Amino acid sequence: MESEPGSSDKPSNGMDDFETLISTTDVELLRRAWRNEKAAPEILRFETNLIDRVTGQLQLMEETVDDFVESSIDPLTVSLYQMDLDRTQFLLRSYLRIRLQKIEKFMFHILKTNELHDRLSKQEKNFTRRYSEVIGKHLEESVLLNLPDNYQSLIRQSTTSEEDDMVPEPQMDTFVVCKAREYVGPSELQDSNKSLASDLLMEMEPGELFFIPFKRIKKLLENGKVDLV
Amino acid sequence: MAVQSEPDYSLFTAQEIEFVAEDELIEIVPNMRMDPLNLICGDFGPFLPQIAAQVPLWLAVALKKRGKCTIRPPEWMSVEKLTRVLEAERDSEREFQLLPFHYVEISRLLFDHARDDIPDIYMVRSLIEDIRDVRFHKVQSSLETFDGRTSAVQIKSLSAMEVNIVRPFVARALQSFQKLDSLLPETDSTPNNQPQEADKASKGRRVLRGR
Repeated sequence: MESEPGSSDKPSNGMDDFETLISTTDVELLRRAWRNEKAAPEILRFETNLIDRVTGQLQLMEETVDDFVESSIDPLTVSLYQMDLDRTQFLLRSYLRIRLQKIEKFMFHILKTNELHDRLSKQEKNFTRRYSEVIGKHLEESVLLNLPDNYQSLIRQSTTSEEDDMVPEPQMDTFVVCKAREYVGPSELQDSNKSLASDLLMEMEPGELFFIPFKRIKKLLENGKVDLV
Repeated sequence: MAVQSEPDYSLFTAQEIEFVAEDELIEIVPNMRMDPLNLICGDFGPFLPQIAAQVPLWLAVALKKRGKCTIRPPEWMSVEKLTRVLEAERDSEREFQLLPFHYVEISRLLFDHARDDIPDIYMVRSLIEDIRDVRFHKVQSSLETFDGRTSAVQIKSLSAMEVNIVRPFVARALQSFQKLDSLLPETDSTPNNQPQEADKASKGRRVLRGR
């Protein structure tokens, strides 16, 4: 009954590479993913490998605990294993729940944007599709069909709107607290908005905390160079 | 699915911060023998009487509750170290002293469960509370330095609990500042701010809340 370090999986992006060097436990990776997901305004990439490994470990652990109880091992040990199991389960459940909340909130936006849609797991994609159908149908039948003709769209205010302005989008300039894991130079914090590029002459030493708009560190978060707190 | 009425998921409750803090390692001295524990979060043990071991805080508290060990307080929790930290905090107006990220949660858990393991517990407790007060005052006073041109705020060596307390307010405040600032016409801001920008640029164009 060993806990597998993150190095057992083929690294598929920068973050995995970094982990294999340090061989952090899966629980730590899950905790990091949970924190990042909680603090980020938009939905992040689903950590399929990590979640699969953790679910497998949880199942093994549950069976082990059952075996222990049957073979009447010292109840203290059993309760400790159970506590650890509960803690990991909490992380996993909270992670999945937060993602579901974000999906529910920004459902149409996710369906529209391919980049975001690709970040969902298979079950989440299923869920989004079915949920949007159900909600769409409900809204149409209870409200939209009773409005005058030009206002009957789910995602536009009226047929005269140029874009889909009834779709809520995540606020990308929300300020988040981030902690740098490696040195981050000023060039990596560039904003695409040219007029602001001049004032980002800052750098981050590892371990420092910053309040910063989310869009500035979005790339760094994907590369694993910063963590949200 | 009442999306509107759901609480903001991006806010950490105090219990969740404590949950994260409970994974920090701490030293215990078991008074019994136990086989190694192969937990999902790592392997610990074997536990032998009177031999110190490093375990996560939640495990230490669980063992302590059942009377199976004594907890050794971390080295930053001594009266002298804390007195030094407190004096340094009082002396410097803007700097925060380097304390473990989760010092509030760790000290709280130890006070609740490991009273007898901490020498001079009352002294330690009052020192830590004083430190918290002083730091929080500093945080509050530096909040007044925000303005519309703040693009990012550096907060070195603030602890998890303190970050969590100010986070909602600061995030909203900074965002409102930015929004209101962007509504101002461009021509107004540029000429006057040139010397100021150069000045701020030398500091790295950030409001320093901690050195």
